[in-house]
Amino acid sequence: MPVAPLIRVQAQDFDLQAEIDALAEGRKDIGAVVTFTGLCRDEQGALSALELEHYPGMAEAEMRRIADLAIARFSLLGLTAIHRYGKIAPGENIVLVIAAAPHRRAAFDGASFMMDYLKTSAPFWKKEHRTDGSSGEWVSAKDADERAREKWR
Amino acid sequence: MTVKLVYFAWVRERIGKPEEEIELPDAVKTVRDLLSHLKTLGEEYEAALQYPEVIRVAIDQEHVEHHETIGSAREIGIFPPMTGG
Repeated sequence: MPVAPLIRVQAQDFDLQAEIDALAEGRKDIGAVVTFTGLCRDEQGALSALELEHYPGMAEAEMRRIADLAIARFSLLGLTAIHRYGKIAPGENIVLVIAAAPHRRAAFDGASFMMDYLKTSAPFWKKEHRTDGSSGEWVSAKDADERAREKWR
Repeated sequence: MTVKLVYFAWVRERIGKPEEEIELPDAVKTVRDLLSHLKTLGEEYEAALQYPEVIRVAIDQEHVEHHETIGSAREIGIFPPMTGG
C-alpha cells in the first residue's frame, strides 16, 4: 500500500521542523529525510515582493499527481509538499518539499523529482513587485527548469 | 455547449477578467480550435493569445495538449507557462 502524500496550498508560512515531525511521527522504518525549502530572493535589492498566483483546486491536484509519481518511482515512505500563495517578501518561504525513504539516495531523488516537476507543471505564477515602485513583470518560465524535468524521463 | 473558462496570470490581466462562461460553436473541437476562436472575440483576447503556442491549457484541472479534443469539458483553464516553486 503506497503512502499518501501530504499536499497543502496556503497563504500562511510553514514550520519546517513541525512538518518533519508530522511526517516521521511514530515511524521506525525511515532512514533518510531530505527537505527542500524555496525562498523569495531580493534580486540584489531590486525586488520588494513576489506575488504568487495559483489555480485553486488544480494546484493541489497537480501537486498530488506529481507526488504520487515520486512515491511510486522512488518507493518513498513519506512525501510532504507545501506551496504558498499571495504576496511573499524577500527572505520568506515559498515552497517546502520533504521526502522520506529507507536510504538517502531515494530521499534525495524523490525531493529533487518533486521540485523539478512542480516548477514546470504545478499551476503557480510569480509576479515581481519592484523596490523602485515600478510595476513588475510576470516571471518568465526558464528553459533550464524544463530541462531539469526532462532528465527524469 | 456552454463551458466555463478560467484565466490566470498575464492571460487573465490581458483578457481583463478571471473567468467567464461562453457558448462554444460546434466547429470548436480541439484546444487549438478554442484558442483560435477566442482570438476572434476582441483585441483583449488577441493580445492575450497572440502566441498561442506558448499558452497552456487544462481541461477539468488536468493539463492537455493543443491537439486534444475538448469533449464534455466543464471547466477549461487557460494560462501562461508555470513559474512556481
